[in-house]
Amino acid sequence: MKAGGGTLDALVTHFLLLSLLAVGGGNAAIPEMHRQAVDVLGWMTDRQFADLFAIAQVAPGPNIIIVTLIGFHVAGVAGGIVATLAMCGPSCLLAFGMGHIWERFRYARWRVLIQAGLVPVSVGLIAASALILAQAADVNWVAFALTMVMAVIGYFTRLHPLWVFALAAIAGYVGLV
Amino acid sequence: MTEPPSGEGRALNPRPSLPELLLALSYVSLTGFGGVLPFARRMIVEQKRWMSAEEFNEVFSLCQFLPGPNIVNFSVVYGARLGGPIGAVLGLIAILAPAMVVVMILGGVYMYFGDVAALQRILSGLAAAAAGLIVAVSAKMAVPLFRRGFGPAPFVAIAIFIAVGVLRVPLLWALLVATPASIALAWRWRT
Repeated sequence: MKAGGGTLDALVTHFLLLSLLAVGGGNAAIPEMHRQAVDVLGWMTDRQFADLFAIAQVAPGPNIIIVTLIGFHVAGVAGGIVATLAMCGPSCLLAFGMGHIWERFRYARWRVLIQAGLVPVSVGLIAASALILAQAADVNWVAFALTMVMAVIGYFTRLHPLWVFALAAIAGYVGLV
Repeated sequence: MTEPPSGEGRALNPRPSLPELLLALSYVSLTGFGGVLPFARRMIVEQKRWMSAEEFNEVFSLCQFLPGPNIVNFSVVYGARLGGPIGAVLGLIAILAPAMVVVMILGGVYMYFGDVAALQRILSGLAAAAAGLIVAVSAKMAVPLFRRGFGPAPFVAIAIFIAVGVLRVPLLWALLVATPASIALAWRWRT
């Protein structure tokens, strides 16, 4: 783990290129990240990548912090920061520009109609990801119950979800899930 | 669909100042387990009442169609709306920096101990709960689609759900077909 200039450069190049490819959220770029980090660049083993992925999933915050961890693994804290900025920079600039255009044409007819078309697709995608995540996570009836309890509490109550997450973490730790 | 009793009916509050936004998004960053969307929506729509359910859907859907992590895009776009380029940078820092600190500490612990068996077990529990929370947030986000004299929107959402969630059509293909179709349907419905 040496934070040499060459390593940082490699991180920047790698994640800058990936940034605009991550259409459909950060997780869409995971297979390509894995291919590059493990197979092409040899930054880590397959097992290490899987471990880093697990750590990023357990940690709070956007899933994209897997990139922070890869950078950190390769070149320490500087690597973590540089990799994250490279990964988010181009897509953030694009989002900034598009957000500006979207706000400027707020009342334009074409903008209203496109928006009216995008929203239901977006909601359908989130519902689809809910199903896919539930199918992957619900390996036994305890896990299924956790999913159901969280869904009901999340929709019908104002209880903070962290309480259920704490319960879920304990259930997982003692091996119930 | 019944309205979730989560305080979404209350009147909206005035737009937050940038420090308020910074604080709120940092809190979301630190507490957003298993995907940040439910936590961000809970904070902005339900607790602070800075955005209506409809507005949130609008901004989030735009961000979902752009490349990059959705919630990071959302923080940038929302931050920019409140405070221009400075707001955008603050939104970005607030949603990323706290989580980055936590994950690098965890990464350091991992490098020291090198065994994530316990973490993997915890993760399997968290993943089950996180899936439930996404179920809840997708139901909440679907509510506005069904409001007053709805058009094709609920049917489009259900079609996408079946195509991507049940039939597992590759995301890119589903988007390439569904997005123009959905816009065309909205166009016909409103003209």
